[in-house]
Amino acid sequence: MNVSCKWLSEYIDLSGYNGGQLAELMTSGGIEIDIVENRNKGVTGVVVGHVVEREKHPDADKLSVCKVNVGQEELLQIVCGAKNVAAGQLVPVATIGAKLPGDFAIKRAKLRGVESQGMICSAKELGLNDKLLPKEQQEGILVLPEGTPVGASILDVLAIADEVLELDLTPNRSDCLSMLGVAYEVAALTGRPVTLPQAGLNDAAEVASDYVKVAVEAEAQCTHYAARYIKGVHIGPSPQWMQNRLMAAGVRPINNVVDVTNYVMLEYGQPLHAFDADKVEGGRILVRLAGEGETMVTLDGQERKLEPHMLVITDGANPIALAGVMGGANSEVTDATVNILLESARFDGSTVRKTSRQLGLRSESSARFEKGVDPARVIPALDRAAALIAEVASGLVLDGIVQSEPAANEEAKIAVSIAKINGYLGTELSRLEIETIFGRLQFGCEVSSDDVFTVHVPSRRGDITRDVDLIEEVARLYGYDNIPTTPIEGATSPGALTKPQAIRRELRKRLTNAGLHEVISYSFTHPERTALFPDLTSEATPVRLALPMSEDRSVLRTSLLPQLLETATYNRNRKNDDVAIFEIGSVFHTDEAELTRLPQEKHRLAALITGNRIGAKWNRKAQPADFYDAKGIVEAIAETLGVTGSLSYEAAQPEHFHPGRTAAIKLGTERGPLVIGYVGQLHPSVQLANDLGDTYVVELELAPLYDQADFGIVYKALPRYPAMQRDIALVVDRDVEAGALSAAAAEQAGALLESINVFDVYTGERLGASKKSVALSLVYRHAERTLTDEEVTELHASVVSKLEQSFGAELRK
Amino acid sequence: MKERLEALRSEALAELETVDSPQLLNDLRVKYLGKKGALTEILRGMGSLSAEERPVIGQVGNDVRAAIESVIETKQAAFVAAETEMRLAAETIDVTLPGKKPEAGAIHPLNKVVQEIEDIFVGLGYTVAEGPEVETDYYNFEALNLPKDHPARDMQDSFYVTDEILMRTQTSPVQVRTMKAAQGKPIKVICPGKVYRRDDDDATHSFQFNQIEGLVIGPNIRMSDLKGTLLQFVQLMFGKQAQIRLRPSFFPFTEPSAEVDVTCSQCGGDGCRMCKHTGWLEILGCGMVHPRVLEMGGYDPNEVSGFAFGMGVERIALLKYGIDDIRHFYTNDLRFLSQFVRM
Repeated sequence: MNVSCKWLSEYIDLSGYNGGQLAELMTSGGIEIDIVENRNKGVTGVVVGHVVEREKHPDADKLSVCKVNVGQEELLQIVCGAKNVAAGQLVPVATIGAKLPGDFAIKRAKLRGVESQGMICSAKELGLNDKLLPKEQQEGILVLPEGTPVGASILDVLAIADEVLELDLTPNRSDCLSMLGVAYEVAALTGRPVTLPQAGLNDAAEVASDYVKVAVEAEAQCTHYAARYIKGVHIGPSPQWMQNRLMAAGVRPINNVVDVTNYVMLEYGQPLHAFDADKVEGGRILVRLAGEGETMVTLDGQERKLEPHMLVITDGANPIALAGVMGGANSEVTDATVNILLESARFDGSTVRKTSRQLGLRSESSARFEKGVDPARVIPALDRAAALIAEVASGLVLDGIVQSEPAANEEAKIAVSIAKINGYLGTELSRLEIETIFGRLQFGCEVSSDDVFTVHVPSRRGDITRDVDLIEEVARLYGYDNIPTTPIEGATSPGALTKPQAIRRELRKRLTNAGLHEVISYSFTHPERTALFPDLTSEATPVRLALPMSEDRSVLRTSLLPQLLETATYNRNRKNDDVAIFEIGSVFHTDEAELTRLPQEKHRLAALITGNRIGAKWNRKAQPADFYDAKGIVEAIAETLGVTGSLSYEAAQPEHFHPGRTAAIKLGTERGPLVIGYVGQLHPSVQLANDLGDTYVVELELAPLYDQADFGIVYKALPRYPAMQRDIALVVDRDVEAGALSAAAAEQAGALLESINVFDVYTGERLGASKKSVALSLVYRHAERTLTDEEVTELHASVVSKLEQSFGAELRK
Repeated sequence: MKERLEALRSEALAELETVDSPQLLNDLRVKYLGKKGALTEILRGMGSLSAEERPVIGQVGNDVRAAIESVIETKQAAFVAAETEMRLAAETIDVTLPGKKPEAGAIHPLNKVVQEIEDIFVGLGYTVAEGPEVETDYYNFEALNLPKDHPARDMQDSFYVTDEILMRTQTSPVQVRTMKAAQGKPIKVICPGKVYRRDDDDATHSFQFNQIEGLVIGPNIRMSDLKGTLLQFVQLMFGKQAQIRLRPSFFPFTEPSAEVDVTCSQCGGDGCRMCKHTGWLEILGCGMVHPRVLEMGGYDPNEVSGFAFGMGVERIALLKYGIDDIRHFYTNDLRFLSQFVRM
C-alpha cells in the first residue's frame, strides 16, 4: 500500500510530521515503512501555460513555434518538438530558470534560429512515472484539463509536492490497505482525531429497485451484496485531483467511473465494481458458484475456465464478473456507457484467494478480499462511490440500495484483565494507562470493579479476536522499548546436547583435526545423481518435489557422495588439487512412489579425498592419497566413538567403486554384523566422468554408531609385569588377507596375546609374483606374573604352526 | 729431591702451556702422572729418605701432582667446550624455513555459528532438539496457526512433495513436536536445522538455509523474559556492548510478535553501510507463543505462557564474518572453507 501524505492529511492532521518522521513513527508501531518517496523529482519553476498560437517552425518540419500565456504580461515564444501540441491547450511550461528532474536547468535558447523562452513539458519530463499515466498522456506533452488556472505552479496542479510512504504490511494488518485504516493507525500513535469523508447524495425521484434485483445463492461465499444504480453518466477522464491521488497510490487512471471505484477502494479498503447496467440483462444480479465446465471472458480479454468452487456474479444466466477478482468483458464500462450498476459486496477471503491463485489473477481487489474487508464499510463505501460518480461523471444516483440481507456481524467484545496484561508483558501498567491506549485506538471499553476490561473491537480490526491480540495492541502502543528486561523466574534446568549431537560435534572435531574440511551441500539434486551409488541407497526411490525450480534440483539426495564428487570437481577445476572433505547430513529414503508418509531421514557421514594427502614441501615428498587414508578416516571415527572392536572390513564390489579397492564396513550388533557403509576408491569410469584423479570415499550410516558409541572411558591399570615381543615374517599367497592372518594368530595365541600388529608387507621378485611376505609383531603379557621365556616360545611356536597349516605360510628366512 | 720435584713442576707446566690437542694433552698426562710417568719415577726414591724428610717431600709431591692435574683439567674442559661449539656450529639450520604443521581442516562456518549459538543456549539451560526436514503440512503450518488458505502462507513459498508433505520452511515444526512430546511439562529448547523456501538464489537469498529457533514454555513466562533472554544472547554472541531493539511485527504463531534488531557490529551503532546508516541490524523474529499454538501443542493457555524466537544462521554468519555472498556457504570452495580453520 502506497500512502500519499497529502491525501492522508485529508483524514488526519499530520502537521509536525514530514514523510520520514511519519514513517519512523509508524514503523515503531509495527507498520514497517522502508521507503519514503518524494513525488517531486526535482521540478521548480514550472507553471501552467495557455498555448495561444501554434505555427510551424520555418526551418524544421518537426518543430512548432508557440506563443504561450503563462500569466505574465508578455506571451512567451517557445519552440516545441511534440506532435500533439496545439493552440488552445493548457500545458506545463518550464520557464527560463526552471529546473526539471536530473538537475536540468532551462535556459534561453535558439532552436534552428528561432528563440525559445522555455520548454513545454511531457509528464515524463516532470518526473511522473509513465507506467501510471493515462494512455493519452504517455506520449507528447502533457495536456492539462480545461479550467486549470494559467500561471499556477505545476507542483500544485499535479500535487507532486508530496511524499509517498510505501507500507510493507504484514498479513494481519489488512486494515491498513485503506487510507482510513492508515488514518486510524496514525490517530492511535499520535492521539489526533480522524475525519471521515462525507457522501453527499442528492434525492432522486426514481428508485434503484425498479432497475436492479439482487439475489445471493452462495450465501456462505457472499455474506453481503449491495448495489446502487446511477443513471446518465458521461464517461471521460476523472478530474486532475483524483488522477493525482490515484497515481500517488500507484494506480493508473482509466476513466471517471472506474477511477472512482479505485479511489474509494483505496480510501475505504472496500473493493467496488462498476457494471455497464445496460449490459446486465434485466438488471438482475445473481451471486452463485460457477457450474462445472462454465467459462467466461474476463476484462483482460482472457477466456477463463471456471470451477465449481469459484464464485461468480451473473445476470441470472451468464457470469458477468468473477467475484472479488475481476469483472467480465461482457459487462465492462466503456466510453459508450450511460448507466452504471455499482457493486459493493463482501466475498469470502479463501474463496477469492483460491480462485485468484488458480487462475493466476491477482488484483488490488482480490488482495483485499483475501485478507478480509471491514463488513461495516460495504454500505458507506458504496454511498461514497455513488456520490463521487455523480460528482465527476455527472450521473444521477437513484434512490435506495438494493442488497441481500447481510450476515449478522456481532461486534467483537473481548475481556482482558489488567493482571493478565501486566503478567503477560512483565509491565506494571495502570488502569488509566491501558484505558488511554484503548481510547487512542478508538476501541470502546468498560472496566469492571475487579479490573477486567471489556473491549469493543471495531469491525475494521478483524485481526483482533483474542485477549492476546489486545495485549499486543497495548504493548505496541506502550512501546516495546518500554517493556522491561527480566530473567526467567522459577526453577532452572540443565541444558544439554543430545547424544547424536554430541557425537557429530566430536566427529567434526576429529576429522577437521585430521585435515579434512567440512562441507554443506544442497539437499536437492538431479535424479541421475541419486542413481550413482545404488548400493548406498538400498531400494530407495528418490523423493521428488512437486514443482522443482530445475531438474538439477528436483529430487532429495539419497546419498551424500554424489555431491561430494561435485564439490571435488568444482575445486579441482579451480586448481584446488588436493581435496579432503567430509559432510554430515541427512539423506532421504522412501519405498513409496507417491509419498503417503514422511520419508526416512538418515544421518550419514561421507568423506572424500583426492590428490595428495600430504602436499610436497621443501623437505618432504608429496604423499598421494590412497585407500588406507580413507580407511584411516573410518578408523579415526571408530576410535573417537569407542567402537573400534566392533568394526570389521570385508572386500566388497559395490557398483561404481573400484572392485579391488573397496571394503564394506561392518558393525557387530546384537542382531549380527550389519553393513553400515563402504570405504573405497571410485571406479575409474566414475573418476573420469567427474574429471577426477584417483579418489577415495567413505560413506557411513550414523544411527547404528549413535547406538553403540561409548563415551564412558574406564581406566585400565598399567601393566605391572613385562611383556615379551616376538616378530615373524610369513610368506603367503598374495590373496591371503593380513586381517585373516592376524585373526587366526590371535585366536591361537589366546588370552596371553596383548596385541598383534602388521609392521611390514613386502612383494618382490625374490618371492615370486604370486607371493607376499607379511611381517607380524606379537606382544605377549600376563597381567599377574612375569612370563617365562619357555612358555612364550612354546605358545608362539604354536601360533606359527597354526598359520603354516591354515594359510600354507612359510617363515621367511 | 725437592729440587727435582720443583723442576718437574716447571717443566710440566711449561709443556702443558703449549698443548693444542686433546690427544697431546692425554700424552702429557701419561708422561707426567701415569703409572710409569715422571712424577712416580721421582717419588719412587722416597724410600731412601729419613723419617723426618718423608712427609715433607710427600707433601711437595702431592702439591706438584695437584698443580699438574688442575692444569690438565682446565685444558680438558676447554677442549670439550671448543669441540661442542664446533659441533653446534656445524648443526646450525635455517629456522626461517617452514615447519611441518599438522594440516587441519575447518568446521563449516555455518556449523561453527550453530555450535556457538547452541553453546550459549545450553549454558542458559536449554536442550537442543531436532526434527525431520521433510514435514507434514500439519506440523509445518496448521499446528502453527497457519490453516490452509491463510494469507500469511504467502510469506513463505514452499517446496511441496505432495499436498500434505513438504520441505519444512522453518524449524518451528520441531517446536510443535517438542510440545507434543513434553505432554504439558515446561520446555526450554532450541531447534537448529536446515529449512527450504522457494527463492531465487542471489547474494542474500538461498533456497536452502539454516535456522535456529527457541521455545520456552512455563507458568508465568512474560514478554519481558523474552527481552531479557535475547539481550543475554546477543551480548554473549556479539559482545557486552550489544543492545537490542524490538519492533512490533506479525507471525501467525506468536502474539505479540516482534522483529529484533541488534546494535550494528560494524559501527557499534553509529551508522555505516552495513546497517544502512541506521545503527541496527535485523537478526531475529520473536514473540509470545500464540494461545492457539499452545492449545494445539497440548497446553492450556490459561495455565502456561511461552515465548519463541528464530534466527537465520546464514544471516548471522554473513554479519559475523563479513561475507558478501550467501552462495559461498554452499559452493564449498576450499579457498573459502580454509579461512575458517582458526578458532
